[in-house]
Amino acid sequence: MLKKSLIAMAAGLALSTAALAQDKIDIVFIGKNTGNPYFDSLTKGFVEACQKIACNFEFVAPATAEATSQIPFIEAQIQRGVDVIAISPNSPDALNQVFDAARAKGIIVMTVNGDITGNEAHRDLTILPTDFTKVGADQIEMVGSLIGYEGEIAILSATTEAPDQNFWIKGMNEAIKDPKYAKMKLVATVYGDDQPEKSTSEMEALMANFPDLKGVIAPTTVGIAAAAQVVQSRGVADKVKVTGLGLPSEMRDFVKDGTVAAFQLWSPYNEGWLAAHLAVDLKAGKAKNEVGSTFEVPNLGTITINAGNSINTQSALTTFNAENIDQFDF
Amino acid sequence: MNALGRILARRETGIAVMIVLFALAVSLYKPQFLTLNSLRVILLLTPLVMIAAMGQMLVLVARHVDLSIGSMLGLSAMLTGMMFRDLPEIPWGLGFAVSIGIGTLLGLVNGALVTFFRLPSIIVTLGTLNLYRGLTFIVSNARQVDRQFIPADLKGMSQTSPLLGIPWIIFMAFAVALLTYWFAMHTRVGRQIFALGSNPIAAPLRGVKVTQVTLLVFAISGALSGLAGIMYASRWGFVNPSNTGFGFEFQVIAAVVIGGVSINGGVGSVLGVMLGVLLMGCVAAALPLLGIPGTAQSAIYGAVILVALLIDRSVRRQGIARFKAARA
Repeated sequence: MLKKSLIAMAAGLALSTAALAQDKIDIVFIGKNTGNPYFDSLTKGFVEACQKIACNFEFVAPATAEATSQIPFIEAQIQRGVDVIAISPNSPDALNQVFDAARAKGIIVMTVNGDITGNEAHRDLTILPTDFTKVGADQIEMVGSLIGYEGEIAILSATTEAPDQNFWIKGMNEAIKDPKYAKMKLVATVYGDDQPEKSTSEMEALMANFPDLKGVIAPTTVGIAAAAQVVQSRGVADKVKVTGLGLPSEMRDFVKDGTVAAFQLWSPYNEGWLAAHLAVDLKAGKAKNEVGSTFEVPNLGTITINAGNSINTQSALTTFNAENIDQFDF
Repeated sequence: MNALGRILARRETGIAVMIVLFALAVSLYKPQFLTLNSLRVILLLTPLVMIAAMGQMLVLVARHVDLSIGSMLGLSAMLTGMMFRDLPEIPWGLGFAVSIGIGTLLGLVNGALVTFFRLPSIIVTLGTLNLYRGLTFIVSNARQVDRQFIPADLKGMSQTSPLLGIPWIIFMAFAVALLTYWFAMHTRVGRQIFALGSNPIAAPLRGVKVTQVTLLVFAISGALSGLAGIMYASRWGFVNPSNTGFGFEFQVIAAVVIGGVSINGGVGSVLGVMLGVLLMGCVAAALPLLGIPGTAQSAIYGAVILVALLIDRSVRRQGIARFKAARA
């Protein structure tokens, strides 16, 4: 008798947890690597969204940002049976097969913060922080305004094969042809591999090789901090203007002491926030993954799905300077 | 001839010649390599490696190896950085005691595993290389300690200078090297490390306390990794669970071996190790200056290590041959 009721209770419990699990969808976000402060902010967007709407969220990431290091993580999530895999891919082509396997099981695969350019057919949609075709031009304008549109500039990038950085650098090379920048000359593009030591050596070498250098664009968070530190320790902030893409949390000191006048980025937080809302709406049938269709996201307004099933969280880069940097907590 | 032969026979001569030749060769293409500023850049690349290299030298002399230094650096830097972040009231100088203390503890664990369980040090420290790195992720919850939490005075040690525009951390590295020289050459225990490494079987018969000496070299290696850990926070202004100290053991062991320390134990000098560190610093500073693309840099870096070892060997052979000829 007792045994029977226990079994019934257990069955009831199992049923009710199953029902609960059905209410909430499971989202996992696979970052490029662990310990990367950029993804802390992006993850926070997911976490805070899932506290308000019907989703369970988990963040996982490999230790290193290698092309194939994410594959076992994706396989594990397929086994687990999540509803949505959001991922910042480490490779534009190494993940095609495992993405196909996930989608064959009905899992929505969305790339976040970077896309698998050339292999878009292997994912459902992409969420990019801003229109990447404009980043190069925005950065050239930024450095131009800092150096009075005259003099030598250089680029300090991440790795030689980093797809986003290379795309933006291509944009910079195009943008600088504008007659507005006729007196500016791009003298070198170097790569610090997103390591502080290497980025510092490359920055020191730039300054030794180009004594007349006026400006440096570092479109990567590690690079811009290393470049700023070199300029700070050499005491040449008035001669060499450092700008690029950086995290306010890492750049705050340099902006406050005048080493860096201004730099740019977007809100990684909003990427996570938007991705979680879209995932829940797609699963509930409230949004459709079709080019041209729209959906509502609290705080961000109406979002449109653009060509190539691509979504931008903001239309232009945010510029950070001494006046506004304290308003950002990432 | 006799005196010249004796100088040429020294390992240090070979490395010094290499440094001079390398600097001259680079300056043919880039004259700015032979400026004071470039010396500053090179010296700023070396202090962390130099400090850890002193510990590694003692470990190798004792016929062991310590592969875990990068992870000991990372874990002690992380815990110290978290202390600065979570307890901002604490005086920043205390960070040195904390970081060195944690490093010493981690080094003692290595030493205890090697001595009490009679395990080969290459296996033990390969294990703790991963164990300590994993712990760094666990204690930090995989989060970086940002620049704003590292005390300004600590960061200032890598930028402000007591003398000739050379930052404090470089003087600290040289001070550690001097202390190591005194310890290794002029103390009883220091000489016992060499005796143990030269002949591990005979050493205990001649009164060398093998357990204590082995524990000591690993503790020193840990302590110096801990010191390098807080200096990482000073130099780079942040502590990251995956970057901080990652791959550090390769740089250090390469510099120590180029510096003439034998991996078979019993042989090594502080001057040689300092020159080895300096040569590696020259190469690291020269490659970007020469405009060598990033993809080729690590291949060239590796090739330079091998060439340095080969040239060093042939220079010493000639030196020894002349020395013998002069005596005959």
